[in-house]
Amino acid sequence: MDLIVETFFNLDVLREMYPFLLDGLWMTLQLCIVIVPCGIVAGLCVAILFSFRFRPLSWLVIVYVDFFRSFPPLVLLIFIYYGLPFVGVDIPDFAAVVLALTLNTSSYYGEIFRAGIESIPRGQWEAARSTGLGFLQTMRYVIVPQAARNVAPDLTSNTLEVIKVTSLASVVAMPELLRLARVAQGLTYNPTPLIAAAAIYFVLLWPLVRLLSRMERRMIAGR
Amino acid sequence: MDKKSPILDVQGLRKSFGGLEVLKGIDLAVHPQELVFIIGPSGSGKSTLLRCCNRLEEATSGSIWVDGVDVLSRSTDINRLRQRIGMVFQSFNLYPHMTALGNVTLALRKVLKLKRDEADRRGRAALDDVGLRDKVDAYPYQLSGGQQQRVAIARALALEPKIMLFDEPTSALDPELVGGVLNVMRAMRKSGMTMVVVSHEMRFAREAADRVIFMDQGEIVEEGRPAEIFGNAKHQRTRTFLQNVLAG
Amino acid sequence: MDQIVANFFDLEVMARYLPDILSGFVLTIYLAVAIVLFGLALGLALAVVRAFQIRPLNWLIVFFVDLFRALPPLVIMIIFYFALPYVGVELGGFVAAWLALGFVLAAFAEEIYWAGILSVDKGQWEAARSTGLPFFRTLRSVVLPQALRLTIPPLTNRTIAITKGTALASVVAVPEILSQATAAQAFAANTSPLTMGAIAYLILFAPLVTLSRWIETRFAWRR
Ligand SMILES: Nc1ncnc2c1ncn2[C@@H]1O[C@H](COP(=O)(O)OP(=O)(O)OP(=O)(O)O)[C@@H](O)[C@H]1O
Ligand SMILES: [Mg+2]
Repeated sequence: MDLIVETFFNLDVLREMYPFLLDGLWMTLQLCIVIVPCGIVAGLCVAILFSFRFRPLSWLVIVYVDFFRSFPPLVLLIFIYYGLPFVGVDIPDFAAVVLALTLNTSSYYGEIFRAGIESIPRGQWEAARSTGLGFLQTMRYVIVPQAARNVAPDLTSNTLEVIKVTSLASVVAMPELLRLARVAQGLTYNPTPLIAAAAIYFVLLWPLVRLLSRMERRMIAGR
Repeated sequence: MDKKSPILDVQGLRKSFGGLEVLKGIDLAVHPQELVFIIGPSGSGKSTLLRCCNRLEEATSGSIWVDGVDVLSRSTDINRLRQRIGMVFQSFNLYPHMTALGNVTLALRKVLKLKRDEADRRGRAALDDVGLRDKVDAYPYQLSGGQQQRVAIARALALEPKIMLFDEPTSALDPELVGGVLNVMRAMRKSGMTMVVVSHEMRFAREAADRVIFMDQGEIVEEGRPAEIFGNAKHQRTRTFLQNVLAG
Repeated sequence: MDQIVANFFDLEVMARYLPDILSGFVLTIYLAVAIVLFGLALGLALAVVRAFQIRPLNWLIVFFVDLFRALPPLVIMIIFYFALPYVGVELGGFVAAWLALGFVLAAFAEEIYWAGILSVDKGQWEAARSTGLPFFRTLRSVVLPQALRLTIPPLTNRTIAITKGTALASVVAVPEILSQATAAQAFAANTSPLTMGAIAYLILFAPLVTLSRWIETRFAWRR
């Protein structure tokens, strides 16, 4: 028992290393603050392009979505991070991570919004257009408000996934929470920083998980 | 009425949901081959009474005996007892992923542990009894409401119960489908089944019931032969209820 | 243009490292199958136990589910691989990746199965119990078959998303596709192996993503 406490919950190590973890947390938050909105906006664009119901465009959108859903995000990240410099494109690390994870997540957000828009019956479009509302007005005042309710659980779920996926940035030496926890582990020869990082993630994300399982249950019960 | 011991014997049955007392001391004895009809306004506790009899609902106090077995005793094997108490629901509750025959034979195979062909034989016979010989392989969604309810009756009948409880078996049916279900119930009565029926089919009650019980607010207000209850009920509450039902 | 071809599609480099990528491909499939079998089975077992509604057990299950939904899979994997050895538990990379992703899948699957069980009409339970079927038999023969059908689309999506996490195993020294590809890239000082890796993932997951799209329409929540 003592061994376990000494090893995984070592307060001395924690006291020494917590500034590291806080730095990492801050970087993780920065990544989230940039990637989540980028992903949502890109996803909305994808869904709106789809809803024009112009066949070739719809196909392109589906290909885009399925293409990026087929790659593990880590593969995409490594490809962009190591690949771009080879062709002379030099972008900052932060931008490379944001680009890779946004491409990945925009396909998920796009699919969610697309399904949400699809879930609104045709009659709603026709009713709105018949009163003289334009395409974007119909979208904004009639379709999106209804779709938003339907997609809230999936949206929350995907946002949770995006936040978790920022941990992949540690693989390309981005100093976010997991990366700095590993560095701290290396410096102290003790895994307490890893456990602490896990605890931080849990405290951060647990409310979201609770909220989500409630929403999902209500969704299914409503059918 | 003969003096044989009752098949269903309910005494002093009380049932509360939280603070709400839904059954306030029910005494009811149903004798072999009797058809007892229970009527009463919505929320009077009719369904709850039936559901206590096979312990889908746990009674708060009182005693219930079915065919000489103490329903409420902890030592009673409730699953064995339930086979002897058939139950038919307002909403049929057929298993949507099984054929009519599958619905009827599930308990035969899994509870009575009958071999498949023996179970099928009994299942077919039960479906035959309710006039659905040609629907054995149909899935519930391929059947009309009336046919579904008859399958549900066959599902209970196949277990050869001592008593059948019906909770508004025709309330969810279109008017033209009610007759088929009532015919099946008539035939069951003729063959000597003991039945307790909660229903608003007053014409059927008048014609087929041995006894009609009027319940209101968790109590039995009065009971008697159909002619008595429908002709000249003693209590004002009963008369008001009947007026409303027969008018609407 | 030439530069791109030389760096991303160098056929000679590709031919040289094809065997490595292939062996990574096979290993990825092993790992994925192991994760899916373990995760779906454990998730179902947990959901069934949860149906018995035994208080302390339920709390444990909910805690397990919330924990593995909230933590990034990479964090879990790294703890299994880098932290457990401090107390003498040496799992090895493959087992660490397998257990980490298996637990994550089990957590998500439990939640989905459980929602499915809850969504089956109460009348089904009552009808079955009224014919004398015991609790477990009712669950098995009446409720689960209906619940499982409802869970197919969300479960497929979730399973695919989590099996893509096999790429994370590269971080814990499992020679699957991505780690073979990055190793080869470093040796060859050329990005073509990464291209091959990306193509390998596309071959593996694009059909699954398409399949899930089909399942979505085929088994859409309907009753
Ligand atoms: N599970 C439950 N929890 C709480 N209250 C309940 C429950 N089941 C029934 N009740 C309440 O018990 C009372 C009697 O219900 P019951 O279903 O037995 O009435 P009923 O006579 O069958 O009515 P109806 O003709 O509408 O079917 C009602 O007030 C109802 O709201
Ligand atoms: Mg009722």
